[in-house]
Amino acid sequence: MAKTIAEINEKIKAGKAVVFTAEEIISVVQEKGIKQAAQEVDVVTTGTFGIMCSSGAYFNIGHAKPRIKLGGGRVYLNDVQAYAGLAAVDLFLGAGALPDDDPRNRVHPGEFNYGGGHVIEELVAGKDVRLSATAYGTDCYPRKRLETWLNIKDLNQATLFNIRNVYQNYNVAVNTSDKTIYTYMGILKPKMGNANYSSAGQLSPLFNDPYYKTIGIGTRIFLGGGTGLIAWHGTQHNPDVPRTDKGIPKEGAGTLAVIGDMKQMSPKWLVGTSVLGYGASLTVGVGVPIPILSEEILQYTTVTDEDIFAPVIDYSDAFPQLKPDILGEVSYAELKSGKIKVKGKEVPTASRSSYARAVEIAAILKNWINNSKFFLTEPVEPLPGIESGVTFRKLNERPIED
Amino acid sequence: MAVTKRIVLRFPKRMVDRPIIYKLVKDYDLEFNILKASITPEQEGVMVLELKGNQAEYDKGIEFLLKGGVQIQSLGQDVIRNEDRCTHCGACVTVCPTKAFITDTKTRMITFDNTKCIACGLCIPACPPRAMEVHF
Repeated sequence: MAKTIAEINEKIKAGKAVVFTAEEIISVVQEKGIKQAAQEVDVVTTGTFGIMCSSGAYFNIGHAKPRIKLGGGRVYLNDVQAYAGLAAVDLFLGAGALPDDDPRNRVHPGEFNYGGGHVIEELVAGKDVRLSATAYGTDCYPRKRLETWLNIKDLNQATLFNIRNVYQNYNVAVNTSDKTIYTYMGILKPKMGNANYSSAGQLSPLFNDPYYKTIGIGTRIFLGGGTGLIAWHGTQHNPDVPRTDKGIPKEGAGTLAVIGDMKQMSPKWLVGTSVLGYGASLTVGVGVPIPILSEEILQYTTVTDEDIFAPVIDYSDAFPQLKPDILGEVSYAELKSGKIKVKGKEVPTASRSSYARAVEIAAILKNWINNSKFFLTEPVEPLPGIESGVTFRKLNERPIED
Repeated sequence: MAVTKRIVLRFPKRMVDRPIIYKLVKDYDLEFNILKASITPEQEGVMVLELKGNQAEYDKGIEFLLKGGVQIQSLGQDVIRNEDRCTHCGACVTVCPTKAFITDTKTRMITFDNTKCIACGLCIPACPPRAMEVHF
Protein backbone atom coordinates (compact mmCIF):
# COMPACT_ATOMS: atom_id res chain seq x y z
CA MET A 1 0.00 0.00 0.00
CA ALA A 2 3.02 2.28 0.43
CA LYS A 3 2.34 5.62 -1.20
CA THR A 4 4.87 8.05 -2.54
CA ILE A 5 4.97 11.81 -2.14
CA ALA A 6 4.55 12.15 -5.91
CA GLU A 7 1.32 10.11 -5.74
CA ILE A 8 0.02 12.23 -2.87
CA ASN A 9 0.80 15.40 -4.85
CA GLU A 10 -1.21 14.01 -7.79
CA LYS A 11 -4.17 13.59 -5.44
CA ILE A 12 -3.68 17.11 -4.06
CA LYS A 13 -3.65 18.46 -7.64
CA ALA A 14 -6.89 16.61 -8.38
CA GLY A 15 -8.41 17.94 -5.16
CA LYS A 16 -8.78 14.40 -3.86
CA ALA A 17 -6.22 14.20 -1.09
CA VAL A 18 -7.54 13.07 2.28
CA VAL A 19 -6.13 15.31 4.99
CA PHE A 20 -6.60 15.41 8.75
CA THR A 21 -4.98 17.45 11.47
CA ALA A 22 -2.82 15.68 14.05
CA GLU A 23 -5.67 16.16 16.51
CA GLU A 24 -8.38 14.76 14.22
CA ILE A 25 -6.32 11.76 13.14
CA ILE A 26 -6.40 10.30 16.66
CA SER A 27 -10.13 9.49 16.49
CA VAL A 28 -10.00 8.63 12.77
CA VAL A 29 -7.53 5.83 13.49
CA GLN A 30 -9.48 4.76 16.57
CA GLU A 31 -12.59 4.33 14.39
CA LYS A 32 -11.14 2.84 11.22
CA GLY A 33 -8.12 1.01 12.52
CA ILE A 34 -4.58 1.64 11.39
CA LYS A 35 -4.71 -0.52 8.22
CA GLN A 36 -7.76 1.06 6.65
CA ALA A 37 -6.85 4.59 7.78
CA ALA A 38 -3.34 4.26 6.29
CA GLN A 39 -4.90 3.38 2.94
CA GLU A 40 -7.33 6.29 3.03
CA VAL A 41 -5.37 9.12 4.63
CA ASP A 42 -2.74 11.01 2.60
CA VAL A 43 -1.55 13.80 4.86
CA VAL A 44 -1.63 14.70 8.54
CA THR A 45 -1.03 18.37 9.35
CA THR A 46 0.66 19.61 12.52
CA GLY A 47 1.12 23.04 14.04
CA THR A 48 2.81 25.00 16.78
CA PHE A 49 2.73 28.64 17.84
CA GLY A 50 5.23 29.64 20.48
CA ILE A 51 7.98 32.00 21.51
CA MET A 52 11.03 31.04 19.47
CA CYS A 53 14.00 33.24 20.39
CA SER A 54 16.47 31.96 17.81
CA SER A 55 14.48 33.59 15.04
CA GLY A 56 15.58 36.39 12.78
CA ALA A 57 15.50 37.78 9.29
CA TYR A 58 17.89 39.03 6.67
CA PHE A 59 17.31 41.86 4.26
CA ASN A 60 18.80 43.38 1.18
CA ILE A 61 17.65 46.99 1.20
CA GLY A 62 18.91 48.02 -2.27
CA HIS A 63 21.70 50.48 -3.02
CA ALA A 64 21.46 54.13 -2.09
CA LYS A 65 22.55 56.86 -4.45
CA PRO A 66 25.37 57.70 -3.84
CA ARG A 67 26.27 54.29 -2.47
CA ILE A 68 26.89 53.39 1.18
CA LYS A 69 28.64 50.29 2.55
CA LEU A 70 26.77 49.30 5.69
CA GLY A 71 29.08 46.32 6.21
CA GLY A 72 31.36 47.14 9.11
CA GLY A 73 29.22 50.11 10.08
CA ARG A 74 26.30 50.42 12.48
CA VAL A 75 22.70 49.99 11.47
CA TYR A 76 19.50 50.45 13.41
CA LEU A 77 15.94 49.54 12.44
CA ASN A 78 13.50 51.46 14.67
CA ASP A 79 16.45 51.95 17.05
CA VAL A 80 17.07 48.18 17.27
CA GLN A 81 20.57 47.24 16.18
CA ALA A 82 20.84 44.99 13.13
CA TYR A 83 23.92 42.98 12.29
CA ALA A 84 25.84 44.58 9.43
CA GLY A 85 29.02 42.50 9.23
CA LEU A 86 28.15 41.54 5.66
CA ALA A 87 28.28 43.19 2.25
CA ALA A 88 27.14 46.71 1.40
CA VAL A 89 23.38 46.53 1.91
CA ASP A 90 22.70 43.15 3.51
CA LEU A 91 21.53 43.07 7.12
CA PHE A 92 20.52 40.46 9.66
CA LEU A 93 18.13 41.23 12.48
CA GLY A 94 17.72 38.88 15.44
CA ALA A 95 14.47 38.57 17.38
CA GLY A 96 16.26 39.26 20.67
CA ALA A 97 18.04 42.46 19.58
CA LEU A 98 17.29 45.52 21.72
CA PRO A 99 17.59 49.29 21.32
CA ASP A 100 20.85 50.60 22.84
CA ASP A 101 18.89 52.75 25.28
CA ASP A 102 16.59 49.96 26.51
CA PRO A 103 17.10 49.80 30.30
CA ARG A 104 17.23 45.98 30.05
CA ASN A 105 17.25 44.55 33.59
CA ARG A 106 18.74 47.63 35.30
CA VAL A 107 15.37 47.96 37.00
CA HIS A 108 14.52 44.31 37.51
CA PRO A 109 12.43 42.84 36.00
CA GLY A 110 12.89 44.74 32.74
CA GLU A 111 9.86 45.03 30.46
CA PHE A 112 11.53 44.61 27.05
CA ASN A 113 8.63 46.25 25.27
CA TYR A 114 10.36 46.54 21.90
CA GLY A 115 13.05 44.51 20.15
CA GLY A 116 13.98 42.72 16.96
CA GLY A 117 10.87 40.53 17.04
CA HIS A 118 8.70 43.63 17.09
CA VAL A 119 10.55 45.11 14.10
CA ILE A 120 9.91 41.85 12.19
CA GLU A 121 6.22 41.99 13.10
CA GLU A 122 5.94 45.63 11.97
CA LEU A 123 7.68 44.87 8.68
CA VAL A 124 5.36 41.97 7.84
CA ALA A 125 2.42 44.18 8.84
CA GLY A 126 3.54 46.51 6.02
CA LYS A 127 4.49 49.34 8.37
CA ASP A 128 7.35 51.67 7.55
CA VAL A 129 10.47 51.06 9.62
CA ARG A 130 13.11 53.73 10.24
CA LEU A 131 16.65 52.82 9.19
CA SER A 132 19.48 54.84 10.57
CA ALA A 133 23.06 53.91 9.72
CA THR A 134 26.60 55.13 9.94
CA ALA A 135 29.43 53.77 7.82
CA TYR A 136 33.12 54.53 7.34
CA GLY A 137 33.01 55.41 3.65
CA THR A 138 35.17 54.04 0.84
CA ASP A 139 36.12 55.21 -2.64
CA CYS A 140 33.39 53.04 -4.16
CA TYR A 141 30.85 53.50 -1.33
CA PRO A 142 31.43 57.13 -0.30
CA ARG A 143 28.46 57.82 1.96
CA LYS A 144 28.85 57.78 5.73
CA ARG A 145 25.27 58.36 6.86
CA LEU A 146 21.88 57.10 5.88
CA GLU A 147 18.48 57.87 7.40
CA THR A 148 15.48 56.51 5.56
CA TRP A 149 12.10 54.83 5.89
CA LEU A 150 12.00 51.22 4.74
CA ASN A 151 8.98 49.25 3.68
CA ILE A 152 8.99 45.51 3.10
CA LYS A 153 7.52 45.91 -0.38
CA ASP A 154 10.59 47.89 -1.50
CA LEU A 155 13.20 45.49 -0.13
CA ASN A 156 14.95 43.16 -2.58
CA GLN A 157 14.87 40.33 -0.06
CA ALA A 158 13.15 40.05 3.30
CA THR A 159 13.78 36.49 4.37
CA LEU A 160 12.85 34.97 7.68
CA PHE A 161 15.62 32.62 8.76
CA ASN A 162 15.13 31.01 12.15
CA ILE A 163 18.06 28.91 13.22
CA ARG A 164 16.21 27.06 15.97
CA ASN A 165 12.43 26.59 15.99
CA VAL A 166 9.88 23.88 16.73
CA TYR A 167 11.62 22.20 19.67
CA GLN A 168 10.64 18.56 19.98
CA ASN A 169 9.48 18.66 23.62
CA TYR A 170 10.45 21.17 26.28
CA ASN A 171 10.97 21.61 30.01
CA VAL A 172 8.23 22.34 32.49
CA ALA A 173 9.51 25.23 34.59
CA VAL A 174 9.00 25.69 38.34
CA ASN A 175 10.72 27.74 41.04
CA THR A 176 11.55 26.14 44.39
CA SER A 177 13.18 29.26 45.85
CA ASP A 178 11.58 31.77 48.23
CA LYS A 179 11.21 34.61 45.76
CA THR A 180 9.51 35.19 42.43
CA ILE A 181 11.78 34.74 39.44
CA TYR A 182 11.40 36.09 35.91
CA THR A 183 12.53 33.61 33.29
CA TYR A 184 12.11 32.89 29.60
CA MET A 185 9.53 30.36 30.79
CA GLY A 186 7.58 33.22 32.36
CA ILE A 187 6.99 34.49 35.87
CA LEU A 188 7.60 31.67 38.32
CA LYS A 189 6.15 32.11 41.77
CA PRO A 190 8.12 31.02 44.84
CA LYS A 191 7.84 27.54 46.41
CA MET A 192 6.47 26.00 43.22
CA GLY A 193 3.51 28.39 43.09
CA ASN A 194 3.05 27.62 39.39
CA ALA A 195 4.46 25.53 36.55
CA ASN A 196 4.84 26.74 32.96
CA TYR A 197 5.17 24.56 29.87
CA SER A 198 5.63 25.36 26.19
CA SER A 199 4.66 22.83 23.57
CA ALA A 200 1.57 22.08 21.52
CA GLY A 201 1.94 18.44 22.62
CA GLN A 202 0.00 16.08 20.36
CA LEU A 203 -0.21 18.73 17.60
CA SER A 204 3.47 19.67 17.65
CA PRO A 205 5.30 18.71 14.42
CA LEU A 206 8.18 16.62 15.72
CA PHE A 207 6.05 14.63 18.19
CA ASN A 208 4.14 13.33 15.16
CA ASP A 209 7.26 12.13 13.36
CA PRO A 210 9.55 11.43 16.30
CA TYR A 211 12.32 9.75 14.29
CA TYR A 212 12.19 12.29 11.39
CA LYS A 213 11.12 9.66 8.87
CA THR A 214 9.32 12.18 6.66
CA ILE A 215 10.32 15.61 7.97
CA GLY A 216 13.69 16.55 6.52
CA ILE A 217 15.73 19.22 4.83
CA GLY A 218 13.66 20.70 2.03
CA THR A 219 10.26 19.89 3.55
CA ARG A 220 7.80 22.63 2.60
CA ILE A 221 6.00 24.06 5.64
CA PHE A 222 3.60 26.73 6.88
CA LEU A 223 5.81 29.51 8.23
CA GLY A 224 4.54 32.76 9.70
CA GLY A 225 1.39 32.67 7.58
CA GLY A 226 3.24 31.98 4.32
CA THR A 227 5.12 28.98 3.07
CA GLY A 228 8.70 28.20 3.90
CA LEU A 229 11.14 25.34 3.90
CA ILE A 230 13.11 23.39 6.46
CA ALA A 231 16.65 24.59 5.77
CA TRP A 232 18.64 22.40 8.13
CA HIS A 233 18.42 20.81 11.54
CA GLY A 234 18.14 23.55 14.15
CA THR A 235 20.88 24.52 16.57
CA GLN A 236 21.01 22.32 19.70
CA HIS A 237 19.39 19.48 17.69
CA ASN A 238 19.80 16.52 20.00
CA PRO A 239 18.03 13.40 18.73
CA ASP A 240 19.67 10.83 21.00
CA VAL A 241 17.80 11.48 24.27
CA PRO A 242 15.77 9.08 26.43
CA ARG A 243 12.52 8.15 24.66
CA THR A 244 9.29 6.39 25.59
CA ASP A 245 8.34 2.97 24.13
CA LYS A 246 6.57 4.84 21.32
CA GLY A 247 9.75 6.77 20.51
CA ILE A 248 8.65 10.09 22.00
CA PRO A 249 11.59 12.05 23.46
CA LYS A 250 11.18 12.69 27.18
CA GLU A 251 13.04 16.01 27.04
CA GLY A 252 14.08 18.64 24.49
CA ALA A 253 15.40 16.79 21.42
CA GLY A 254 15.11 17.63 17.72
CA THR A 255 14.92 21.20 16.40
CA LEU A 256 14.45 22.79 12.98
CA ALA A 257 16.08 25.66 11.13
CA VAL A 258 13.45 27.19 8.84
CA ILE A 259 13.46 29.76 6.08
CA GLY A 260 10.82 31.62 4.11
CA ASP A 261 9.85 34.77 2.24
CA MET A 262 8.62 37.36 4.74
CA LYS A 263 6.68 39.15 1.99
CA GLN A 264 4.12 36.31 2.13
CA MET A 265 3.86 36.37 5.91
CA SER A 266 1.44 37.99 8.31
CA PRO A 267 1.67 39.68 11.72
CA LYS A 268 -0.93 37.25 13.03
CA TRP A 269 1.67 34.48 12.80
CA LEU A 270 4.83 36.46 13.62
CA VAL A 271 4.22 38.34 16.84
CA GLY A 272 6.76 40.60 18.55
CA THR A 273 7.01 39.33 22.09
CA SER A 274 8.19 40.73 25.42
CA VAL A 275 9.33 38.38 28.13
CA LEU A 276 9.35 40.14 31.50
CA GLY A 277 12.81 40.20 33.06
CA TYR A 278 14.23 38.20 30.16
CA GLY A 279 14.15 39.95 26.80
CA ALA A 280 12.46 40.56 23.49
CA SER A 281 11.57 37.72 21.16
CA LEU A 282 9.31 36.55 18.37
CA THR A 283 6.32 34.22 18.57
CA VAL A 284 6.34 32.10 15.43
CA GLY A 285 3.68 29.94 13.81
CA VAL A 286 4.95 26.80 12.09
CA GLY A 287 2.98 23.96 10.54
CA VAL A 288 4.48 20.82 9.03
CA PRO A 289 2.62 18.33 6.79
CA ILE A 290 3.32 14.65 7.30
CA PRO A 291 2.80 12.46 4.23
CA ILE A 292 1.22 9.14 5.26
CA LEU A 293 3.57 6.86 3.35
CA SER A 294 3.06 3.80 5.55
CA GLU A 295 1.15 2.40 8.51
CA GLU A 296 4.17 3.05 10.69
CA ILE A 297 4.20 6.77 9.83
CA LEU A 298 0.45 7.02 10.44
CA GLN A 299 0.88 5.27 13.78
CA TYR A 300 3.32 7.97 14.89
CA THR A 301 0.79 10.72 14.08
CA THR A 302 -1.76 9.21 16.47
CA VAL A 303 0.35 10.31 19.44
CA THR A 304 -1.78 11.84 22.21
CA ASP A 305 -1.04 14.16 25.13
CA GLU A 306 -1.16 11.10 27.42
CA ASP A 307 1.82 9.62 25.53
CA ILE A 308 4.08 12.68 25.84
CA PHE A 309 6.10 13.39 28.98
CA ALA A 310 8.18 16.42 29.91
CA PRO A 311 10.71 16.93 32.71
CA VAL A 312 9.94 19.37 35.53
CA ILE A 313 12.97 21.59 36.09
CA ASP A 314 13.76 24.05 38.88
CA TYR A 315 14.54 27.36 37.19
CA SER A 316 15.82 28.88 40.44
CA ASP A 317 18.72 26.45 40.64
CA ALA A 318 19.03 23.41 38.35
CA PHE A 319 18.49 25.40 35.15
CA PRO A 320 20.76 28.40 35.76
CA GLN A 321 23.47 26.23 37.34
CA LEU A 322 23.30 23.69 34.50
CA LYS A 323 22.59 20.82 36.88
CA PRO A 324 20.98 17.70 35.45
CA ASP A 325 18.44 17.36 38.30
CA ILE A 326 14.78 16.98 37.46
CA LEU A 327 11.89 17.16 39.93
CA GLY A 328 9.74 14.66 38.06
CA GLU A 329 8.06 13.89 34.77
CA VAL A 330 4.52 14.85 33.81
CA SER A 331 2.38 14.19 30.73
CA TYR A 332 0.93 16.93 28.54
CA ALA A 333 -2.52 15.56 29.43
CA GLU A 334 -1.74 16.36 33.08
CA LEU A 335 -0.26 19.75 32.14
CA LYS A 336 -3.38 20.65 30.17
CA SER A 337 -5.67 19.65 33.07
CA GLY A 338 -4.54 22.86 34.78
CA LYS A 339 -2.57 21.26 37.60
CA ILE A 340 0.23 18.78 38.13
CA LYS A 341 1.72 17.03 41.15
CA VAL A 342 5.41 17.77 41.79
CA LYS A 343 7.10 16.19 44.82
CA GLY A 344 3.64 15.65 46.34
CA LYS A 345 2.57 19.26 45.87
CA GLU A 346 -0.29 20.31 43.60
CA VAL A 347 0.95 23.03 41.25
CA PRO A 348 -1.24 25.06 38.86
CA THR A 349 -0.04 25.05 35.25
CA ALA A 350 -0.02 27.54 32.40
CA SER A 351 1.08 27.27 28.79
CA ARG A 352 3.57 29.56 27.09
CA SER A 353 2.64 28.40 23.59
CA SER A 354 -0.84 28.77 22.15
CA TYR A 355 -2.58 25.47 21.53
CA ALA A 356 -5.59 27.31 20.06
CA ARG A 357 -3.34 28.91 17.44
CA ALA A 358 -1.57 25.58 16.79
CA VAL A 359 -4.99 24.06 16.00
CA GLU A 360 -5.65 26.96 13.64
CA ILE A 361 -2.32 26.47 11.84
CA ALA A 362 -2.91 22.75 11.32
CA ALA A 363 -6.39 23.60 9.97
CA ILE A 364 -5.04 26.27 7.58
CA LEU A 365 -2.42 23.88 6.23
CA LYS A 366 -5.12 21.21 5.77
CA ASN A 367 -7.24 23.76 3.95
CA TRP A 368 -4.36 24.79 1.65
CA ILE A 369 -3.79 21.14 0.74
CA ASN A 370 -7.51 20.47 0.22
CA ASN A 371 -7.68 23.47 -2.10
CA SER A 372 -4.63 22.38 -4.12
CA LYS A 373 -2.66 25.43 -2.96
CA PHE A 374 0.07 23.57 -1.11
CA PHE A 375 2.10 20.63 -2.42
CA LEU A 376 4.41 18.36 -0.49
CA THR A 377 8.12 18.19 -1.17
CA GLU A 378 10.47 15.25 -1.02
CA PRO A 379 13.19 15.99 1.56
CA VAL A 380 16.59 16.31 -0.10
CA GLU A 381 18.31 14.96 3.00
CA PRO A 382 17.04 13.57 6.31
CA LEU A 383 17.53 15.38 9.61
CA PRO A 384 20.28 13.85 11.73
CA GLY A 385 18.76 10.90 13.55
CA ILE A 386 19.63 9.14 16.79
CA GLU A 387 22.50 7.27 15.14
CA SER A 388 24.00 10.42 13.61
CA GLY A 389 26.23 11.33 16.53
CA VAL A 390 24.80 14.85 16.54
CA THR A 391 24.51 15.85 20.21
CA PHE A 392 24.02 18.90 22.38
CA ARG A 393 27.29 19.62 24.16
CA LYS A 394 27.96 21.89 27.07
CA LEU A 395 30.51 24.63 26.55
CA ASN A 396 34.04 23.37 26.99
CA GLU A 397 35.01 26.42 29.03
CA ARG A 398 38.78 26.81 29.32
CA PRO A 399 40.21 29.64 31.42
CA ILE A 400 42.54 31.96 29.52
CA GLU A 401 45.81 32.44 31.39
CA ASP A 402 47.36 35.87 30.86
CA MET B 1 8.35 53.53 38.19
CA ALA B 2 5.30 55.71 38.75
CA VAL B 3 1.85 54.13 38.64
CA THR B 4 -1.68 55.44 38.62
CA LYS B 5 -4.48 53.06 39.53
CA ARG B 6 -8.15 53.27 40.26
CA ILE B 7 -9.43 50.95 42.93
CA VAL B 8 -12.57 50.34 44.93
CA LEU B 9 -12.03 50.05 48.67
CA ARG B 10 -14.55 48.43 50.98
CA PHE B 11 -14.03 49.20 54.64
CA PRO B 12 -15.45 46.99 57.33
CA LYS B 13 -17.36 48.76 60.10
CA ARG B 14 -14.47 48.71 62.53
CA MET B 15 -12.21 50.61 60.17
CA VAL B 16 -14.51 53.40 59.12
CA ASP B 17 -13.30 55.73 61.86
CA ARG B 18 -9.59 55.25 61.13
CA PRO B 19 -7.49 57.69 59.10
CA ILE B 20 -6.63 55.17 56.40
CA ILE B 21 -6.07 57.53 53.50
CA TYR B 22 -3.92 59.80 55.62
CA LYS B 23 -1.64 56.82 56.20
CA LEU B 24 -1.35 56.19 52.46
CA VAL B 25 -0.12 59.73 51.98
CA LYS B 26 2.14 59.96 55.00
CA ASP B 27 3.69 56.50 55.05
CA TYR B 28 3.70 55.58 51.38
CA ASP B 29 3.85 58.96 49.69
CA LEU B 30 0.83 58.18 47.51
CA GLU B 31 -1.16 60.90 45.84
CA PHE B 32 -4.89 60.23 46.00
CA ASN B 33 -7.95 61.43 44.27
CA ILE B 34 -11.30 60.41 45.74
CA LEU B 35 -13.62 59.64 42.85
CA LYS B 36 -16.49 58.46 44.96
CA ALA B 37 -16.98 57.90 48.67
CA SER B 38 -19.73 56.72 50.90
CA ILE B 39 -18.48 56.41 54.42
CA THR B 40 -20.84 56.61 57.34
CA PRO B 41 -19.73 56.01 60.93
CA GLU B 42 -20.83 52.63 62.27
CA GLN B 43 -21.54 51.33 58.75
CA GLU B 44 -19.54 49.75 55.99
CA GLY B 45 -17.71 52.27 53.82
CA VAL B 46 -17.03 52.23 50.09
CA MET B 47 -14.55 54.46 48.38
CA VAL B 48 -13.36 54.69 44.78
CA LEU B 49 -9.89 56.04 44.74
CA GLU B 50 -7.26 56.93 42.22
CA LEU B 51 -3.82 56.37 43.68
CA LYS B 52 -0.66 57.69 42.13
CA GLY B 53 2.88 57.00 43.26
CA ASN B 54 5.96 54.86 43.06
CA GLN B 55 5.18 51.20 42.22
CA ALA B 56 7.02 49.80 45.23
CA GLU B 57 5.33 52.24 47.61
CA TYR B 58 1.99 51.57 45.95
CA ASP B 59 2.40 47.84 46.52
CA LYS B 60 3.27 48.47 50.16
CA GLY B 61 0.27 50.78 50.54
CA ILE B 62 -2.04 48.13 49.12
CA GLU B 63 -0.52 45.57 51.45
CA PHE B 64 -1.19 47.90 54.37
CA LEU B 65 -4.83 48.25 53.32
CA LEU B 66 -5.29 44.50 52.90
CA LYS B 67 -3.69 43.81 56.28
CA GLY B 68 -6.09 46.24 57.85
CA GLY B 69 -9.03 44.30 56.47
CA VAL B 70 -9.92 46.63 53.59
CA GLN B 71 -11.25 44.73 50.58
CA ILE B 72 -9.83 45.99 47.32
CA GLN B 73 -11.46 45.68 43.93
CA SER B 74 -10.57 47.38 40.76
CA LEU B 75 -12.67 49.12 38.25
CA GLY B 76 -12.62 46.01 36.08
CA GLN B 77 -13.87 47.70 32.95
CA ASP B 78 -10.69 49.71 32.88
CA VAL B 79 -8.62 46.60 32.21
CA ILE B 80 -9.21 45.34 28.71
CA ARG B 81 -7.74 42.72 26.45
CA ASN B 82 -6.69 43.79 22.98
CA GLU B 83 -8.18 40.88 21.06
CA ASP B 84 -5.99 41.64 18.04
CA ARG B 85 -2.86 41.03 20.08
CA CYS B 86 -3.92 38.16 22.32
CA THR B 87 -2.52 34.87 21.04
CA HIS B 88 -4.32 32.72 23.64
CA CYS B 89 -1.04 31.34 24.92
CA GLY B 90 -2.05 31.24 28.58
CA ALA B 91 0.87 33.06 30.18
CA CYS B 92 -1.64 35.12 32.20
CA VAL B 93 -3.53 32.17 33.67
CA THR B 94 -1.45 31.49 36.78
CA VAL B 95 -0.21 35.06 37.14
CA CYS B 96 -3.71 36.42 37.87
CA PRO B 97 -4.43 36.31 41.63
CA THR B 98 -8.22 36.22 41.14
CA LYS B 99 -8.41 33.61 38.36
CA ALA B 100 -9.91 36.06 35.89
CA PHE B 101 -8.31 34.11 33.01
CA ILE B 102 -9.70 30.67 32.30
CA THR B 103 -8.53 28.17 29.68
CA ASP B 104 -11.48 26.71 27.80
CA THR B 105 -10.93 22.96 28.08
CA LYS B 106 -12.22 22.31 24.54
CA THR B 107 -10.86 25.14 22.40
CA ARG B 108 -7.86 25.98 24.63
CA MET B 109 -8.78 29.64 24.13
CA ILE B 110 -8.25 31.91 27.14
CA THR B 111 -11.31 33.79 28.36
CA PHE B 112 -10.99 37.00 30.37
CA ASP B 113 -13.69 37.59 32.97
CA ASN B 114 -13.25 41.23 33.87
CA THR B 115 -15.79 41.03 36.67
CA LYS B 116 -13.16 39.05 38.60
CA CYS B 117 -10.43 41.55 37.72
CA ILE B 118 -9.09 43.72 40.56
CA ALA B 119 -6.83 45.75 38.25
CA CYS B 120 -3.75 44.69 40.16
CA GLY B 121 -1.90 45.05 36.87
CA LEU B 122 0.13 41.84 37.19
CA CYS B 123 -1.02 40.51 33.82
CA ILE B 124 0.10 43.58 31.94
CA PRO B 125 3.87 43.02 31.88
CA ALA B 126 3.37 39.23 32.13
CA CYS B 127 1.59 39.09 28.77
CA PRO B 128 4.19 38.25 26.08
CA PRO B 129 2.41 40.00 23.17
CA ARG B 130 1.32 42.84 25.52
CA ALA B 131 -2.37 42.31 24.86
CA MET B 132 -3.56 43.47 28.29
CA GLU B 133 -4.16 47.19 28.66
CA VAL B 134 -5.24 49.47 31.48
CA HIS B 135 -7.28 52.49 30.55
CA PHE B 136 -8.10 55.00 33.27
